[in-house]
Amino acid sequence: MEKNGKGTKAGWGRFLAGKCVRGGLLLFLVSAVAFWLVSVSPLDPLTANVGQTAMGSMSQEQIEKLEIYWGVGEPPVKRFLAWVGDFFRGDMGMSLLYRQPVARVIQVRLKNSLWLMATAWVISGVAGFGLGILAGTKKDSVADRLVCAYALVTASTPSFWLALVFLMVFAVWLGWLPVGLSVPIGMEDAGVTLADRIRHGILPALTLSVTGISNIALHTREKMIQVMESDYVLFAWARGEGSRRIVFQHGVRNILLPALTLQFGSVSEIFGGSILVEEVFSYPGLGQAAVNAGLGSDVPLLLGITVISAVIVFSGNLTADILYEVVDPRLRRERRGM
Amino acid sequence: MKSNEYKGAPLLEVRNLSISFTRYEGLWRQRKQCLVRDLSLEVKEGEMVAVVGSSGSGKSLLAHGVMGLLPYNASWDGEIYYKGELLTEKRLRKLRGREMVFVPQSVSYLDPLMRVGEQVRKGARSEKSREQCQQVLKRYGLGKETETLYPFELSGGMTRRILIATAVQEHPGLVIADEPTPGLHLEAAKRVLSHFREIADDGAGVLLITHDLELAVQVADRIVVFYAGTNLEEAWAADFTDEKKLRHPYTKALYRAMPQNGFKAVSGFQPYEKEFGEGCVFAPRCEACEARCHEPVYCRKLRGGMVRCWKGEEEGDVCEIREKGRGQGGDLWEKGEDNETKMNQARVDNFLI
Repeated sequence: MEKNGKGTKAGWGRFLAGKCVRGGLLLFLVSAVAFWLVSVSPLDPLTANVGQTAMGSMSQEQIEKLEIYWGVGEPPVKRFLAWVGDFFRGDMGMSLLYRQPVARVIQVRLKNSLWLMATAWVISGVAGFGLGILAGTKKDSVADRLVCAYALVTASTPSFWLALVFLMVFAVWLGWLPVGLSVPIGMEDAGVTLADRIRHGILPALTLSVTGISNIALHTREKMIQVMESDYVLFAWARGEGSRRIVFQHGVRNILLPALTLQFGSVSEIFGGSILVEEVFSYPGLGQAAVNAGLGSDVPLLLGITVISAVIVFSGNLTADILYEVVDPRLRRERRGM
Repeated sequence: MKSNEYKGAPLLEVRNLSISFTRYEGLWRQRKQCLVRDLSLEVKEGEMVAVVGSSGSGKSLLAHGVMGLLPYNASWDGEIYYKGELLTEKRLRKLRGREMVFVPQSVSYLDPLMRVGEQVRKGARSEKSREQCQQVLKRYGLGKETETLYPFELSGGMTRRILIATAVQEHPGLVIADEPTPGLHLEAAKRVLSHFREIADDGAGVLLITHDLELAVQVADRIVVFYAGTNLEEAWAADFTDEKKLRHPYTKALYRAMPQNGFKAVSGFQPYEKEFGEGCVFAPRCEACEARCHEPVYCRKLRGGMVRCWKGEEEGDVCEIREKGRGQGGDLWEKGEDNETKMNQARVDNFLI
């Protein structure tokens, strides 16, 4: 359906417009579901954020004020619609927990998370692709078995558990790396060097990469095996082409596109993984903020984070779709109407 | 077509080639299937030899075996000589794709994401190879623009010509073509075969593997009739003008099955590998079957050709007697083929079955 009439600019426009409509619908549904989940949550925002004992010493008036602040008693649909209206006016609201504009909280948190996720994304993509090629080219070899074993073990390892193990080994026993946070404790912001930030990011990024590799490696391996068993590789052998040319010219050429799609599609997995990993390392990123917002009934912040993460994941998938259209000669030529 | 007296220097000699596969039957039991057995043939310089057989007779395996392209679970036995020297794996690696070239049958043998020109040149970028590539393409009526096309943009006829071009680009001594005609209408198929004829006339040996006897007889010098994994007869193409000149009952049956010669099919089917007996593989369907046909039969020279039949004994001398082990049982014949091959075989199967 999307392939029709891409010979023209209008065709491209229609393709992108369709994607955007879908993206918008997705965002609306995702935020609605997130809101619904918070409103059915049995957690009482007051008890969760103020504490049972503190509430006991408060006057009824104070409690009523707090109830208004946290939006207790207001119908959920009304609150949600009010949020949607503000959002369209460019106002994401105030975070109830951080007492700052949501946009500001997300900006700071995202900056911390983004480079963590980007590093993990690049490392897992490149390493996974390389290992997949290695394993797929020499199916059933020792290298292949090792890669498969690695991938299967890490794929079935929960990332938070792995994070704990790394924490224990590298931070506690060996003492090479800090236990948590993104900057040294008790240091002024101006005194924090880039080296400090990198040292604090290594373990979370490593954990995310290690678990991310397996998916990409296994898929790439599967594709590579298919290519190596294909008729055109048989013909390449028959023509006396060397194994290097076969792997890099025919192999990589044919698996690069599916690998790229997978890589952009894996943004969501990295995102999901980062939430757990940031929790374990007390890393002040977006994932940690999401957990706090969810548990603390900070609805504006939670919805803000939900929308932002949905946008990031959606753009990952959209990039994959566009790449396919642009790179694959079969689709490209079709567009030109050949 | 060369005359019966044609004698070039032998280029490719295949002697007693057997190809078998090791497969698992059930979970644990390994079984060896012998799909090509005791096959001998010869291709001379400037000669075009057609190996003709119905689907599943092991023709393509022969091509892969000679090129050293058998899958890892296959093993082979016998001797292959190229230009009088034993073809070892090391030598094959040097010759493959240069002296000995393979022409596959369909577009799936081209890299779907690589432009045609780059594939014909095997990635070479020099001015000389570019020029040569253009010349070769031009020879087959393909313009310069063909180089920039991707395989999915080619028609069936163009694909065959490009595959032939990949072979000619190398100035080969021997061309092995595996089913170059399926999917083409008669005129296009004839044109493709005429290209191979040209290659042979230029001095190279051509081993054409096909199921189309009718076309093979028109273009080749000699015909090797293949049935159930082995050669039953080797005849001159000219022998197919007269049933009396043919040597084996199966070949005669093929002859009678051709539309212009009565269109009569023999009953029965080609046996599965499991059903191969000790004796002649054609015996169960043979009109002239006798008791001795169930004992091992060997190749015999007869009237300038060869036949694997006891009937040849009276006239010919035994060319070789060699006890060969037989494999047991198998199911390769039942393996599905791609639809294209099936469709194009409908016409031919009328007389091959």
